[in-house]
Amino acid sequence: MNGFREPSVLPGFGLTLGFATFFLSAIVLLPLAALVLKTASMSWADFVDVVSSPRALASYRLSFGASLVAALINTVFGFIVAWTLVRYDFPGRKILDAMIDMPFALPTAVSGIALTAVFAQNGWIGQYLEPYGIKVAYTWLGVTVALTLIGLPFVVRSVQPSLLEVQRDLEDAAETLGATPLYIFRRIIFPTVLPALASGFTLAFARGIGEYGSVIFIAGNLPMKTEITPLLIVIKLEEFDYNGAAALGFVLLAMSFVMLLSINLVQAWARRGVVTARR
Amino acid sequence: MVGITASSAAEISARPGRRTLTSVVIRWTFIGLSLGFLAAVLLAPLAAVFTTALGEGVAAYFRSFADADTGAAIRLTLFTAAIVVPLNTIFGICAAWAIAKFEFRGKTFLMTLIDLPFAVSPIVSGLVYVLLFGAQGWFGSWLLEHNIEVIFALPGIILATLFVTFPYVARELIPLMEQLGNDEEEAAMTLGASGLITFLRVTLPKIRWGLIYGVILCNARAMGEFGAVSVVSGHIRGLTTTMPLHIEILYNEYAFVGAFAVASLLTLLAVITLIVKSLMEWQASRASGN
Repeated sequence: MNGFREPSVLPGFGLTLGFATFFLSAIVLLPLAALVLKTASMSWADFVDVVSSPRALASYRLSFGASLVAALINTVFGFIVAWTLVRYDFPGRKILDAMIDMPFALPTAVSGIALTAVFAQNGWIGQYLEPYGIKVAYTWLGVTVALTLIGLPFVVRSVQPSLLEVQRDLEDAAETLGATPLYIFRRIIFPTVLPALASGFTLAFARGIGEYGSVIFIAGNLPMKTEITPLLIVIKLEEFDYNGAAALGFVLLAMSFVMLLSINLVQAWARRGVVTARR
Repeated sequence: MVGITASSAAEISARPGRRTLTSVVIRWTFIGLSLGFLAAVLLAPLAAVFTTALGEGVAAYFRSFADADTGAAIRLTLFTAAIVVPLNTIFGICAAWAIAKFEFRGKTFLMTLIDLPFAVSPIVSGLVYVLLFGAQGWFGSWLLEHNIEVIFALPGIILATLFVTFPYVARELIPLMEQLGNDEEEAAMTLGASGLITFLRVTLPKIRWGLIYGVILCNARAMGEFGAVSVVSGHIRGLTTTMPLHIEILYNEYAFVGAFAVASLLTLLAVITLIVKSLMEWQASRASGN
């Protein structure tokens, strides 16, 4: 093993690592490699034809646009919710805190039909928006609402620990010296939580781009208008257009890699931020 | 997330200068905005599941479970989870043991690869198996010759679910086991315990709550996965429809009571998952706090 691993008295390294790598390769890596190879077997012209067709471009615009708007909404409201949960005590706070993880545990199909019921024209919230001409269900707004629900826990759970790191003494000192709440927020609180907000934003954005189950019920799924990229892949598969599906799948996979990379970069930056803040 | 306790919040409200008009206004604005936002996107949908499911009375609610296809969907979901969850639990324990207990080259890379299914769209997770085992896929013709059905059949559903729920147990265990360190295991080994005994008697009791939460989260995702399973299942009613897919079928047939009744079962599962999580955090804070 010369230099591959540090010596240890504990047993089972070969067995556990061997099984883990085998299982990882069989279930995750080989299938993903199959997608890449399938795309590579297409001619360049065919590939470009599929991934830059007007319908595909419209679906990217919706998937990206709605994910971006939803992630921004979550950054604002996620901060407010995290602040409320960390700083204030009120009846039901603990239950509310536990419920933030609901979108992680709730099947996406359930959130999809439930949101549609609430935001449809005759739904609890939809009926009050209808007179103002705001239609949520079956428009891009609906897609945004669904992605907001899905992304919420990512932002709240990143920001909560960082809010605990804000030094209260600094806030109190600033207040004694006459700083307004807004000034304290801008100069003390915001710089401390910024890395966590950025990390939560990226996670929520990444999740939104690939999301399927919660979106398709509320989206309406009109080609060129309310059709997300994952749905377009499903449609290609239903037409037995494996090449088309693989090409679009490859685009989504490439996006996931870019997002994964940005998440790692943002989190490395966030860790550095914590170190400098403590100095 | 552990350690956000009521005492910290109580302490803040007791600090001097926290009862001025501005701070009270800010406080209630924040609480109001939070509750309003959560009520709209989180609480209202949850409530809608149960009110719609019970919309035509309790009798209609229970009658929807008597439907043969609904029963088949519930059985298929339970069966899939019964295969997927143990496999991913064994993987999670092995991966966590190798990664948390040993130092070796390429560890960070391995952890990134394990996280991969989190980053991949569920549709892509299903698609990769169609490309491998589908009629026009790599092994498609071989499978056809040997009369083995993978896509649009149970094996495909199991594979797609395995992929999607792959990282859950490992993700819970790795940070926990890294934090606990190796000292006690090394002591047990030095005193002559075998590797298996060391794991069962020393490691397992320490990671019990993290393991339970990882398993239950993996189970919730396995039973609730929609996108990936939808791609490989073929939607053959009563045969290859899991609970989430059956919800879609009923919903598209405007059988709202039936759709939301099945949805209410999965919502209850999610609620139980969150209760176990809260219990785990309570245990963890008790173990580290006092």
